[in-house]
Amino acid sequence: MEPGISSAALLVSELHKSYAGREVLAGVSFGLARGECYGLLGPNGAGKTTILRCCLGLIEPNAGDIQLVGEPVPGRAREARMKVGVVPQFDNLDPDFTVAENLRVFGRYFGLSDAETRRRIPGLLDFAGLAGKENARLPTLSGGMKRRLTLARALVNDPELLLLDEPTTGLDPQARHLIWERLKQLLQQGKTILLTTHFMDEAERLCDRLAILDEGRIVAQGAPRELIASHIEPQVIEVYGEDAPGWAQAEAQPWVRRSEVSGETVFCYVDNAQVIPLLAQLAGLPRLRTLHRPANLEDVFLKLTGRELRD
Amino acid sequence: MGNFFSLPRFSLRAIAVWRRNFLVWRKLAIPSVLGNLADPMIYLFGLGYGLGGMLPTNSAAFGGVSYIVFLASGTVCASTMNAASFEALYSAFSRMHVQKTWDAILNAPLALDDVLAGEWLWAATKATLSGLAILVVISALGFVASPLALWVIPVIFLTGLTFAALGLIVTALAPNFDFFMYYFTLLMTPMVLLSGVFFPIEQLPAAFQSVACALPLAHAVRVVRPLLLGEWPANPIPHLAVLLVTALIAYWVALVLTRRRLLK
Repeated sequence: MEPGISSAALLVSELHKSYAGREVLAGVSFGLARGECYGLLGPNGAGKTTILRCCLGLIEPNAGDIQLVGEPVPGRAREARMKVGVVPQFDNLDPDFTVAENLRVFGRYFGLSDAETRRRIPGLLDFAGLAGKENARLPTLSGGMKRRLTLARALVNDPELLLLDEPTTGLDPQARHLIWERLKQLLQQGKTILLTTHFMDEAERLCDRLAILDEGRIVAQGAPRELIASHIEPQVIEVYGEDAPGWAQAEAQPWVRRSEVSGETVFCYVDNAQVIPLLAQLAGLPRLRTLHRPANLEDVFLKLTGRELRD
Repeated sequence: MGNFFSLPRFSLRAIAVWRRNFLVWRKLAIPSVLGNLADPMIYLFGLGYGLGGMLPTNSAAFGGVSYIVFLASGTVCASTMNAASFEALYSAFSRMHVQKTWDAILNAPLALDDVLAGEWLWAATKATLSGLAILVVISALGFVASPLALWVIPVIFLTGLTFAALGLIVTALAPNFDFFMYYFTLLMTPMVLLSGVFFPIEQLPAAFQSVACALPLAHAVRVVRPLLLGEWPANPIPHLAVLLVTALIAYWVALVLTRRRLLK
């Protein structure tokens, strides 16, 4: 469902941006309804960060319209940013300040009085799992704590919409799960979230809808389950072994809808009815190991954006 | 945003950026002030007593005062210039490029014009504090003639604005910290030697004297020195105008270059 203008937290239409003749965004359109979590997925260089910078009014697109929390951008980008919180891809907390000072100074940028920010700090630190750390100096915090403090900082102005640029990149599993849990809480409170990521499990867990970007275009858009159902066979059997590529070429055809070879692994994409016959066939080939699993978002992503490295 | 070349827009939002830098400074205020004092004081005493001891006292070339008194007023100006330059180069570059403090601020409802204005005012403030510290010390030592010296404070603030703006141009162009060495060795050092800090400009060959006319520091010295010697400068308006016009044009150039660097 596409959100209408009145209910949209963010509307982006026909966004174009080129750098020195190279098209980075080639007509990107999407919208976020209030209260929804929307993901932008794409390989490196697909244009995710450029979209976020355009939405914040930090760069001007060559063409296209943006409405951020009801304000036209870049025309009223500053007013829009009053109601938005941002977690950037790279940590830019103030290393000279304590935890509480980071929040207080950031509150001033939104015109909050120090007294008002002081009232908000305990709640924010509680939420970020940093209670009692008010006076901790930044170099003493772990990577996960800094990330949570960045999230708390993005909430200092009680924003309607959060823009998160790869919020869990570089974190250990414990820290990632804690961030996910907090983001779900924010969604329950009615906040809207736009998130970029290249972790498929993150997108599948959090996003109501998402867009897969490649080379500046949206190549697929929808709910994670819909995308899996509409773009890919429902079952995957991975076949490993030195002989796997040879087997795929010579014998697999009658048993699978589609297969992809990557090194010594063959990914067999099959319909539900094909699973049992294919597994029976593979059972007779002891030199090949197999793994059967349902298709997931990563399969869709790799099908649509290819397996080549993007550096 | 719009055109990179549009004139600077000023707003009170810049104060939040100024306050951020002030809060960092306040945590390290005492070492910072002492650090800013040490270097100019070593020059002042070293040259003032060492070299000054060999020079005729009350020479007309030094305005009828001892060399150290002559040098003290030059030191106030040179030190103000240095403090503004260091803040606008190394510290601002660190916030822009290394710590990405500016990126964080730009995600809040501030524009790049606000960030740069805050940095500019802050660097000028810090330069004023540095010049003021020297003023206090030389007053205590009796090198200042009269309360007329208080007029020096707005002049060093203006001098700070001029050199902070020039520094911000270099910062907008800098790929890394090493780049600043060129600015210091090729511009700042000759500026100090040609601007009448250590000896009167009139001692220089005519060609160098005309170069000095183009140097903002020389104009600052022309106003500050008489004030510290207890007289009104003969013709202060053109000197102050050079400082002000340089400050405004340089700030605009710095802003255009910074917009081009960051808003793309």
